[in-house]
Amino acid sequence: MATTLIPEVSLLDSIFASCRDMAQDPEFSVAKRWLEQHPGRKAIGCFPVYCPVELIHASGMLPLGVIGAGNQIEITFADSRFQSFVCSIVKSTLELGLTNRLNFLEGLLFHSICDPARNLSSVFQRNFPNLFVEYIHFPQNFASPLARQYLAREYRRILDGLEQRSGHAPTTEDLNRSLGLYNQVRSALRVIYRIRTETPHLISAAESFVLTRAGTLMAPEDFLNLLDQVLRELPTRPVKPKDRIRVVLEGSFCELPPIGLIETLEQAGCYILDDDFLRGWRWFTEDVPIGDHPLAALAESYSERAYYSGTKHDSRESKAEHLIRLAREKKADAVVFQAAKFCEPALFDYALYRKALEEAKIPHLLLEFEEKTWSFDRVRSEAETFVESLLFD
Amino acid sequence: MAQSPAKTDYQGRIHNLQKDMIGRYYSRLTAAAENQGEKAIYMLISGNPVELIEAFDMIPVYPEVNALQLAVKKQSLPLILAAEEMGYSTDNCAYVKADVGMYFAGRKTPFATIPEPDLILCNYVGCNVYLQWFEHLREYSKAPIYNLDVPFFRTNADEPSEDDVHYVVKQLEELIEILERMSGRKLDYKRLQHIVELSGETGALWSDIKTLTQQRPAPFDAYFDSVMMMAPLYCLRGTEDGLWFFQQAYKEMKERADRHEGPLPEEKFRVVMEGPPPWPYLRQFRDLFSRWGAVAVASTYSTVGGIWEFGFRHDPQRPIESIARHMLQWNLTNRNFLQRYRQIKDYVRDWNADALVIHSVKSCRLFSAGQGDMREYFTKQLNVPTLLIESDIEDPRYFSEAQLRNRVDAFFEALEHQRMVVKS
Ligand code: SF4
Ligand code: SF4
Repeated sequence: MATTLIPEVSLLDSIFASCRDMAQDPEFSVAKRWLEQHPGRKAIGCFPVYCPVELIHASGMLPLGVIGAGNQIEITFADSRFQSFVCSIVKSTLELGLTNRLNFLEGLLFHSICDPARNLSSVFQRNFPNLFVEYIHFPQNFASPLARQYLAREYRRILDGLEQRSGHAPTTEDLNRSLGLYNQVRSALRVIYRIRTETPHLISAAESFVLTRAGTLMAPEDFLNLLDQVLRELPTRPVKPKDRIRVVLEGSFCELPPIGLIETLEQAGCYILDDDFLRGWRWFTEDVPIGDHPLAALAESYSERAYYSGTKHDSRESKAEHLIRLAREKKADAVVFQAAKFCEPALFDYALYRKALEEAKIPHLLLEFEEKTWSFDRVRSEAETFVESLLFD
Repeated sequence: MAQSPAKTDYQGRIHNLQKDMIGRYYSRLTAAAENQGEKAIYMLISGNPVELIEAFDMIPVYPEVNALQLAVKKQSLPLILAAEEMGYSTDNCAYVKADVGMYFAGRKTPFATIPEPDLILCNYVGCNVYLQWFEHLREYSKAPIYNLDVPFFRTNADEPSEDDVHYVVKQLEELIEILERMSGRKLDYKRLQHIVELSGETGALWSDIKTLTQQRPAPFDAYFDSVMMMAPLYCLRGTEDGLWFFQQAYKEMKERADRHEGPLPEEKFRVVMEGPPPWPYLRQFRDLFSRWGAVAVASTYSTVGGIWEFGFRHDPQRPIESIARHMLQWNLTNRNFLQRYRQIKDYVRDWNADALVIHSVKSCRLFSAGQGDMREYFTKQLNVPTLLIESDIEDPRYFSEAQLRNRVDAFFEALEHQRMVVKS
């Protein structure tokens, strides 16, 4: 029988390896190279969860995900500014600033996700007076049409500020072009997530995570090319399904879990069919409509066609019911709730979810992580025990 | 040198008056719980639109006030533990946990039975935990919810934008429609104007009271004694009773000021207090400062429900707009961190304070996250001696008296030493 020779490193493997390097690079090297190649262009950092990146892009600037520093830097200065009971991403992001790693940015956008992030935006403003620091208040009254109208005006305000920094006032066409581009990016990411649900052996959660993260650190045009390559290669990837349980993962919408943690969960026997990693960069469940009023379209999409998130409080559907519905839709065996340590919104959600999951008789596992964690032995044994209990049930 | 503490709880006439009035308020709550009373509207303290609730003869229920009462009465810990049993984290705001614990324990407290909500009105004014707290109560009670979204005061402008004011006014109009449906009657606009006028007068008196501590000695402690006047400000604002309370309070405090009477035998240090108090150990905490003759002349905590001392008054000519402005601009929690720095800076200057004390509470990240930066700013940029200490607003497990005492003692010793050096 003839054996097919598989090249030692496939194209996909090498793409994921380089994404992994990018995802762990606290120096933003890829973005800096891009800026060198595009003289006169500027970059704006986006703190999680969601950021209207199209506004930045249409103003001629490069939106970048500034999402903490993982386990790559020591916290030396930020600890004295934020207390021990504040999550890691707040401190490591400030540390990036205090160690001059964000000097190449023109500005930084924050928004209303939680109380520490809000105060962080003020602390940035005070400590980095040259940086354009803006805070977007996203509406929480989804039941009222007023919220969408308000958000369109808020976008106008943000855009005005961006224009001043870039010197370019985008036209409706500019805005629509950016909406279209990011629609393509998000649509490709949705396909990847669909592949994960339907054929989870083809791409692991850790791989899709590093890919998405890398996408926040490069120009969207380049990211789209990368996504196209991945989508071309994936269907024929020579991998076989394994005997694993199927889980949906929630709670990691802001601070990024260490890649090793995701891998540990998978190695312990979980197919992660869906997750909320970097949810803000995938935010919409459908394309943002292109038309005469791009800001209104973007605002309307925020309220009408966005994923659920721990930082959105949509009274139109109970969060807990939503999670149960999601788990059932994905035919998941269990839910893994993986929250950043000290992350108040995620930890609050857990209390709601736990009650609902128990009532719905869906098994679940709670894990807390910190971005700086290196060792996953404890998680491994917890996850293995959990998986075994389900496999041999 | 530190001295053994004198009995420093405020014991004047208004102390009893306050007890009576809040007692009556709680009887109304119990009556509502027993289905004989008014409709109960759950609301949050910060920037509360109590005037509208009053205009429909409904009763405001403040889970925060209940939570703090539970802590003061040393009832909070078992309820917090019960909530943690349910899945709440040790890192979640303990106000919420005590309240959820109480909710599932049948809503009975030593001071009242708390009614089920007829409407959950989440006035989202700054604190993000508010959204989650009321989202949870809504899941548990299945009562209708209205998220009144108040844009955070996020720019460096002096005023919120017209867009923001418009957005809140329109939502208040939606809320009025909901209240009209619930009560089966139209809003009586004249009555609302009258209520708002009472709020305006109440605010003016409260502001006058707070200005009295600019004198030396301060006639009362603007942290520990102010809290006594805060419950009437939320529960009774916009009523004749509430106004009368503040008239009495002003009279009493003014008399003390005129007699040069302070809360301590001798006022040695004037401090500004930042952060909420540790309700479970208020008395012990106060004593740590009384021993040094330290009196709070101003506090940020006393402005969570509204800031009146810089000129804001409700305006009966524009009742709804002034309620909106109160929510948007004139309360501490909807202001950004740097605006809080400015507020404290103004206190230090205009109230002639010697130092800033930051009480960092684990539960309340709205207050505390980043207070290290605040300390940096006040000590390094403004040369204001600043002490940062940690405990909690609700959870007794985080109060370590010995540790706090060491920090407080070391701080005031250094201040005293500095003074002697300057004098000699
Ligand atoms: S990890 Fe959680 S608490 Fe920390 S900034 Fe993000 S949302 Fe806020
Ligand atoms: S976080 Fe602070 S302001 Fe918010 S509910 Fe808790 S104690 Fe109140």
